[in-house]
Order: sequence, then structure tokens, then C-alpha cells
Amino acid sequence: MPERLRRLLLQVLAAGAALLAISGIYSLYKVIGRALDDGQRDWWFIGTFLPRSTDRDMPPIRDIISEFNKPLREGGPELINLIWDASLFTLREALAGFVLGVIIGMAIAILLLRSRTLEKGTMPYVIASQTVPLIAITPIIVIWGRKNFGFLPWEWQDWMSVSLIAVYLTFFPVAVNGLRGLQSPDPDAKELMDSYAAGWWQTLWRLRLPASLPYLFPAFKIATLASIIGAIVGEISAAQSDGIGYLILDFASKYSTGPERLYASIIGAAVLGLLAAAVITLAEFAILVRRRQATRS
Amino acid sequence: MTETTKDPTSQSQGAVDILDLNKIFLPGNASQVIALTDINLSIAPRSFTTLIGPSGCGKSTLLRLIAGLIEPTEGSVTVNGKTANRARQDRDYGMAFQTASLFDWRTVRKNIELPLELLGWSRADRRKRTEEMLELVQLSEFVNSYPRELSGGMQQRVAIARALAFRPSLLLMDEPFGALDEMTREHMQTELLRMWQETGTTVIFITHSISEAVFLSTQVCVMSPRPGQITAKVDVDLGERTEETRDRDDFFDYIVQVREALRS
Amino acid sequence: MNRFLRSCLTSPWFLPLVFGLAGLLVWEIGLLVINPDGFVLPRPTEILSELQANWDEISQASRNTGFIIVSSLFGGVILGVVAALIVTRFRSANEMITPLAVAVNAIPIVALAPIFNNWLGLTSPRSNQAVVVLLVFFPVFINTSRGLTNVDPNQIELMRSLASKPWTIIRRVRIPSALPFFFTALKLVSSLCVVGAIVVEYFGGRQDSLGSKITTYAGFTQYDAAWAAVLAGSLMGIALYALASLAERLAMPWATRQS
Repeated sequence: MPERLRRLLLQVLAAGAALLAISGIYSLYKVIGRALDDGQRDWWFIGTFLPRSTDRDMPPIRDIISEFNKPLREGGPELINLIWDASLFTLREALAGFVLGVIIGMAIAILLLRSRTLEKGTMPYVIASQTVPLIAITPIIVIWGRKNFGFLPWEWQDWMSVSLIAVYLTFFPVAVNGLRGLQSPDPDAKELMDSYAAGWWQTLWRLRLPASLPYLFPAFKIATLASIIGAIVGEISAAQSDGIGYLILDFASKYSTGPERLYASIIGAAVLGLLAAAVITLAEFAILVRRRQATRS
Repeated sequence: MTETTKDPTSQSQGAVDILDLNKIFLPGNASQVIALTDINLSIAPRSFTTLIGPSGCGKSTLLRLIAGLIEPTEGSVTVNGKTANRARQDRDYGMAFQTASLFDWRTVRKNIELPLELLGWSRADRRKRTEEMLELVQLSEFVNSYPRELSGGMQQRVAIARALAFRPSLLLMDEPFGALDEMTREHMQTELLRMWQETGTTVIFITHSISEAVFLSTQVCVMSPRPGQITAKVDVDLGERTEETRDRDDFFDYIVQVREALRS
Repeated sequence: MNRFLRSCLTSPWFLPLVFGLAGLLVWEIGLLVINPDGFVLPRPTEILSELQANWDEISQASRNTGFIIVSSLFGGVILGVVAALIVTRFRSANEMITPLAVAVNAIPIVALAPIFNNWLGLTSPRSNQAVVVLLVFFPVFINTSRGLTNVDPNQIELMRSLASKPWTIIRRVRIPSALPFFFTALKLVSSLCVVGAIVVEYFGGRQDSLGSKITTYAGFTQYDAAWAAVLAGSLMGIALYALASLAERLAMPWATRQS
């Protein structure tokens, strides 16, 4: 355990050092750029693909940090509150998408498990589904959602369409890894269940599902990130105006009036992604540790 | 060059000579582990020596010291009159492990050819030798198979062919038959003895099985753990081994002898 | 003839083909029956005829976006592999950097697009390339470095027992062991980078690209045309995925050969 702790500490230190290094390089680049020439476009060759070091193109880190505490409008909430609310909104979209995506993914996995023919016939399309840039047509999905979900007991809202994009990205890893996990128990274990005259569903519940957990967790991890990215990009594409993705799009279009805000909102999105990854990693760790202790005792 | 001069007190040069060897992992550290103490061992050329003992007695460590893969803390290991490391550089020995550790991405032929490639043999020579080796382990028809297409016993035979391919004067084997079933195991033992007689190699062999040790070896070194040391050396003289050897009285006598040495 | 028929029936392509055709048929006929105005989800034939009608525009856009995709895919893959080769040479560096890369991979990299647009020019394809390269880099780097370190220790010991130099061990043991990991990542990014490139074009880049075409079509409620452009995008993704799978088969005959 101390070895693991030491390693964790080392990694946290490394992350801090990396963050410092990136800010350091960023600031140093600005200093050098300023000293040489503000219009680096004139630099021979390199200038064509290096960013200019002006405060407009690369706002100083100090300004970005202090921007978090400034209100957007006179008397309005501070930017950090705005980012916080928008992130929570996006998180809700992602969470809804994640949950539905996991359910659909597992359903597909169980369906394909039942029929070898179905698996062989449709697996290529499950894989091909991920090459369809459905995320690009979120606006159409939004309209589709408004038109077609009138039958639901609750009112369909646009953010739910964004969640559908998250579902589309989320179901895939769960379906693929889930199927592999459900198929993973070896023939002996299956024969053991047969010897108890266990039914198909009993075998699924008592043997296949527990055996698939080690395969499912990596899938959940990928799915978490996919749902967050799907929600953010879906918002951008659908112009869904309450989430962090739209905030980024909005600040990008008003870049000249406040470059720091764009940077701050992107940092917000990054933190959202990191937090989601941290939560799912902790959940995996907790369950795996319990399993390992269980096998030891 | 800092070749260690041979100790004048040792007898005629053996295939392997180990003098007053100690091995401590992480010396000076709070969690230091004394792996081996006071190991003195002389292994004659063309002999078959078995290291036997419970888990954690340092058998594998001793084998890796002879291989020059790790350095002794004190004492010396001499292989063919050279330091172990020098012998490794000169490719004086072949090695086989408990797992076949074949390269999945190479066919049986290419797996056996691996050491020959590293030794810079020509293509024609490699082919010729590989055919010979495959005949020796009786796997000629699988020359173009990939390892995962073979059974565990067949994979182990390929691994042994790989270890023997460049006719090293010394063969180091770390429980190579440990994962095999009893039938395959006895078959492999007979095969190994046949190859040993045909090639005239010196073999150092690690095992957990007393009968395997007695059946194979000319010398059995019994080891005990914490700290790892050699507690007894049993010279085995059973003449030429056949399947009948396993039923002979003197075979059982040796087994009892080794078992008692292990208990004490 | 009988033999030909049998080999068709047992071919691994047979079932997917049947299911695919059946799916298309259900899609086409189902929409004809239920939703004859075909408002949001057009029928396959409608998409195809839109593709034909807008062929010049869509093929030009596909070429432009395809260039960004292919160049960034190459760039990202090469950078990822080289970085993994360097980092795994140093064990402690690897222990720190790989988890860091995993963390960075949790960040929605596409969101960096507006920053790159400001740095490298709003309409320049360079900023799109930069984002897609990053998108490709991390999965390739993470998987390759895992593969390079996930090696049977006995194989390393065997190589050392034959007095091999470090580079020989990398070439003969580590790289072959890493191939399965690498190709998993390659297949992942081959579809990821198409979607990524199209999404990044929302923020900027050339006007005649797939991303901006889809936005424009959708903006003018030309949904059939938008779907046609989406189809063009997925065809590129499928082609890249197929190429990656083919490369995997060729590079790792031992893993795919039927015994």
C-alpha cells in the first residue's frame, strides 16, 4: 500500500509540475515573443504556424485567473459561477446520456449474446455506427426530438436531444466490451451452471454478468468521457444555450472583447472532464479493491 | 579487462565454479533480503545438475547468477573459466523457463532461429540447424505454425529447441516442465536426456519434483530457504536411464535420500 | 455452382450483407409507410439522390476534410508512437507521464479548437490539423506505451541471456508485443478523427469542408443534403477503419490466422 501511495503522490506531483511547466512555457513564449517582435507573423517560416504572443492571442495567465472572479456584466454573477452552473447543466445532459447509453449498450450485448447469427450479422454495423458523425447533425436531432417525442409523459426539452448524442457515443463501448465480458466465462463454468440445471437468465445473472465486470469498467470509463464530450460538442452543434459547450462557443465568437473568458471557459470544460474521470476511476478502484479483498480472505 | 583469475585452490576447471557466493537484494536497505549464503558449487562438464528445494530458497536466483543476469554481492561465479557476465556476452549458454515464452509473432522456425539470428548466422546455416533441432524435438511438421497453434507440451519442446539451437556448452533450465501434465512430463524427461547425451551439453536444471531430479541428474543439489543455501549434494549413479529405471530399487533409494535431505 | 453457393453462404461477409440489406429495406419501406414526408430522417434512396445532386460540392468538401483527416492521422500516429518509444525508455518518466496522458485524454480536446483558431488562423486548415493531431495523439501514445511495457519478463531475460543490446530487445520483443495495443488504438482513432475533424470545422477552417457544409445544409433545412454529407463522412471513417484493420492483419499474421 505505501508503494501505491508513493506512486500516487509522485503522479500528483508530476501533474502539478506539468501544469507549472505548461504555464511556464506559455509565459516564457510570450516574453520571448514580446522581446523579439510582437508581430511574429514576420518570422521567417516559423511565423506561419506559431501563435502571436500578443495579449489578444495569448492572454497572460494572471488575467485568465483573475477573470474567473469578474462578473460578465455589471452586477451580474461572476464568471466562475456562470461556468459552474453551465458545467452542472452539461453534467446533467451527460449523466442522462450515460445512464441511457449503458442500458442500451447492455441490452445490445445481451441480445447479441443470445444469438450468434445476430452477433455475426450486426457487429460490423455496431462498429460502423461510430464512424457516423451524428454529432454534426445535432440541430436536426433537436428538431426531430421536438417533433417526435410528444407522446412522452414529460415535456421534451432540447437538452434531452443533446443527451441523445451522448447516448449514441456511450452505448458503443458498453455494447462491445459487455459482449466480450459476457462471453468470457470458460466452458467449465458454463457446464457447472448447466449441471445445476440453471436457466439461461440464471446463468446470465449469476455467472456472466459478474464475469463481465472487469470488461465493463474500462467501458464505463470510456463511456463517461464520451458522454461528457458528446454533451459539450452536442451543445455547440445544437446551440443549446445553457451548457459549458455553448459558453465556449459564445466566448469564442466574442473573442475580441474578452479572450480571457474563452480560456477560462475551456479550463472549466477541462476540469469537468477531469472530475468525471476521477469519479469513475474512484468507483472502479473501490469495487476492485473490494473484490480483491474478497478473493484474498 | 578485469578477468578474474581462477582460484588456484579449485580443482580442474569445471563448466561452472561457484566460490563463497552471497547474494543480498537491496543491501543496506531496511528491507534487504538475504537470498543466498555461502554457496560453493562445482559443476563438471557434460554433467546434469539439478537444484531442488522449496519455494523461496533461491534456486532461480542462483540460476540467474550463473547466467550473469544479476551480479553476486560477494564471491565469484566462473563459467567455462570466464566471469558469468563474460560468458553471457560470449553466448556460452542457452536458457529455458517454466513458461515456454515463445514469441507469439514468430513461427516455430523463426522462434528457433532467434538466437542464431542474434549470433549472425547465415540464412542457409540457420535453416539447416533449425531442421535438425525440429527433428530432435520431433516437431518437423509444425515448422510454419505459430506458437498459439501448438499444445503446451509442444511449445515447451520448441523452447528447448530454441535453447539448444546454437549448441551452447551449457543449458540453464528453470522448471521447464513445471506446467506440464505427468505423461508429457515423463516423455519430455526422456527426450531431454536423449538430447543431453546426443549433444554433450552441461545442464543445470531447477525442479520441485524429487523423482524428476533423481531421474535426470548426475548430481542433485538440495537447497533450503532463509537464507538460501545448499544443504546437501547427492551424486546419482543410475547409468543409462530408460523407462525401467523408474521402477528400479536404487532409483527409489536415491529418492529417499533426496527426500531426507530436503526434510533435514 | 453449388460449391460457389456454399462458399458464399459460409463467407464471413454473408451474414452482415444480409442484415445490412434487410436493414436498408426496412428503413426505406418503413419510412415510406409511416412517415411519407420524410422530414428528419430521409429514406436511403433520398440520401443517395441528394448525394448525387450535390456531388460536386460534397466531394470537394470531402476532399478538403479528408486531407485534414489523413494528414493529422499520420501526424498524430507518428508523434504518438515516437513519444511512446522515447518515454518507455525511462521507467520513472513512464510511470509519471503515462497517467498524465490518461488524464489529459479525459479533457474534451475538441473544445480547444477556438484557441487554435486564434493562434493559427480562423480559416486556416492548420488549426484544424492541430486539434485533430492532438485528438489522435493521446490514445495512440497511451496504448503504445502500455504495449511497450507490457512484455513477458522471461522474453526480456532470454534476450539478455543472449547478450542483446537494448535496441535489439526493443526491436525484437517490445515492438512486436506492442503491436496489438497499437492497432487497437489505430482502429479507434481512425473513426474518431473523422468525427473530430468534422466537429472542429464547426469552429472554423475552410468554408468548403464537410463540417461547414453540414451546418449550412442543416441551417437551410436541406436535411437530406445534410444526411448525404454525413454519409460521405462515415464512408471516409469506414474506409480508414477498414485500412487500419487490413494493416493489422498484415502486420500481425500470428494473431488473425485461422488454424
